[in-house]
Amino acid sequence: MSTTTTTPTAGRRIVPPRLSEYARTFVARHASVMPMLAALVILVLILIGAQIHFGDFVNPRTLSSLLLDNAYLLILAVGMTFVIVTGGIDLSVGSVMAFTGIAAAQMLDHGVSSAIVIPAMILGGAVIGLMIGVLVQYFDVQPFIASLAGLFLARGLAYVVSLKSIRVENEHVIWLQSTRWWFGEWYLTPTGVLALLTVVVGALVMKYTRFGRTVYAVGGGEQSARLMGLAVARTKVLVYVISGVCGGLAGLVLTAYSGAGYPRNGIGTELDVIAAVVIGGTLLTGGVGYVVGSLIGVLVYGTIHTVISYMGAEQSWMRIIIGLMLLMFIVVQRVIVVRAERRR
Amino acid sequence: MSRLIKHHLFWPGFALVALVVLNTVARPRFIEISVQHGALYGAPIDILRNSAPMMLVALGMTLVIATRGIDLSVGAVMAVSGAVALTIIDGSDSPGSVGTVLIAILVGVGVSLILGVWNGFLVSVLKIQPIIATLVLMMAGRGVALLITDGFITTVTSDPLKYVASGHLLGLPFAFFIWVAAVAVVSLVERRTALGVLTEAVGINPEASRLAGVRATGIILGTYVVSGGLAGMAGVIYSSNIMAADANAAGELIELYAILAVVLGGTSLAGGKFSIAGTVIGVLIIQTLESTILFLGVSSAQSPVFFAAVVVLVVLIQAPAVHRAARQFVQRRSANVPDITPGTEVAR
Repeated sequence: MSTTTTTPTAGRRIVPPRLSEYARTFVARHASVMPMLAALVILVLILIGAQIHFGDFVNPRTLSSLLLDNAYLLILAVGMTFVIVTGGIDLSVGSVMAFTGIAAAQMLDHGVSSAIVIPAMILGGAVIGLMIGVLVQYFDVQPFIASLAGLFLARGLAYVVSLKSIRVENEHVIWLQSTRWWFGEWYLTPTGVLALLTVVVGALVMKYTRFGRTVYAVGGGEQSARLMGLAVARTKVLVYVISGVCGGLAGLVLTAYSGAGYPRNGIGTELDVIAAVVIGGTLLTGGVGYVVGSLIGVLVYGTIHTVISYMGAEQSWMRIIIGLMLLMFIVVQRVIVVRAERRR
Repeated sequence: MSRLIKHHLFWPGFALVALVVLNTVARPRFIEISVQHGALYGAPIDILRNSAPMMLVALGMTLVIATRGIDLSVGAVMAVSGAVALTIIDGSDSPGSVGTVLIAILVGVGVSLILGVWNGFLVSVLKIQPIIATLVLMMAGRGVALLITDGFITTVTSDPLKYVASGHLLGLPFAFFIWVAAVAVVSLVERRTALGVLTEAVGINPEASRLAGVRATGIILGTYVVSGGLAGMAGVIYSSNIMAADANAAGELIELYAILAVVLGGTSLAGGKFSIAGTVIGVLIIQTLESTILFLGVSSAQSPVFFAAVVVLVVLIQAPAVHRAARQFVQRRSANVPDITPGTEVAR
């Protein structure tokens, strides 16, 4: 460096590093967080842009309903994050959500108590998740195919339960949706609280528990994790069970949200969830990802939806814009990762 | 016997034969083929005809998967290609002329090739994960198709177009010849030139093949272009079958079925070795199964349960863990035969 002088004994003149250098070191040190930060920046930019364009977009009402409308997506995204960080994928989540939802609606319709129905939904999701996990871990089936079997199974079972939508009039389930806890202009619903709780629990488990660290280790290198003596098999099965549980929980939330069970719910939701998780900075190759990132990803996704419906654009444009947004995020992340790798 | 079992097409072939036998036992009419107006009819012929769209898509998918990729956008590409082709026919003065239909098909497939280039560019040049790169088009593609058809389902009346899916040539469905030709061309190009080996090399170890001087970028891009083009043709056949361009329903879930067919045929999603013959068998298994489910009188909405059961069954049959357990079981049965040295095959 040019800052060193010819006489070392005289000491070095210390030139404070420029701001750009700070930024560069920061980016290099926190390369894995960068995609998540990029998503956050873009979320803020979209919100600012929408605020300027519509005049009154960023207000407590819109933002509160953002959480309410996307609660089920958020819950699914948390489960999906676990799976994707291990390097797997779970295509079954949308169908599991539909199946547990319609099954619950049917049981409630037959007068079964919600104290039995709600645990049964979660158990149902867990069982399908367990099936996928066992196929993946013990029978060496690729996650894509194993969860595809889960998708077909849950979707078919949903149609076996009922071909039509079933209204839900159970007071406890309705309570989840209709209750509004007001904080000034802001409000929260029990479904929103459930979603946020899932995020908090998911984030804490990923960061602070032995299981969570094993999830990262498996995604980073399964062989190495095994050689380190980590419980790879148990972890790989458990992530699918977690995703299944999240599917069951999302089924509950969606049933409360729509006030009915419907077997065609959540077709293609798995792709929305994967898109949201990827936007939130989780790499599909595994090993890198944050539950909080998935929260940001879901918020970005939900905000784009809200913006498009505000604009009154057609359904066809919605798909194109979501696709382009996804593309933009992917390219941005790719650029960040490439630059971080080059600096190393 | 053990060499036969070891053959990579044994289990997929076994599954297909078993399905056909089961169907024939359950309803002998299944295997019956009748001749009406110089054309063959019957359940097997229907299966060969209806396989066409999935066969074309799965064929392209096989190549993409061999390079460690995946193409989720095929259904959306089908929708776009069908929308383009039928909009051209709808807008022309003579929708019934062969020339119009040929141009429409060429433009539809051409647009699909461009979409394939787009996918390939994202994957091979920008190095984006295939599942996400093709997810972009999967989401946006149907939107584009809806824009092309103005959000409506475009219907046309055109005999040459109808011929593509419903016509007969030499007594057999024309659609059958389309997929046979596609399979033959792809097999010849991949297996009679070094291209197939290079494709597998890229899939087995991208880094090593790069060091060996294989131009991975071009090969990977090429597979997505082929996949796009074949999906485009599949879209034309689909539209020809219903004589309409339905941007929402065209090729719905076909990406999953096509991937399933490829995997059933013994090609690993992890890339590398691929088997075109396996894929053909895989598609036929799925189509036979559809026909079986229809015959059983199950509501088509509930058919996914059967697919789930079959997927689980087939992947279990192919799973190494099950093979090991079966071998151990056989060994224990023949435990009175003392000298089983490790490595020797247990003859059945």
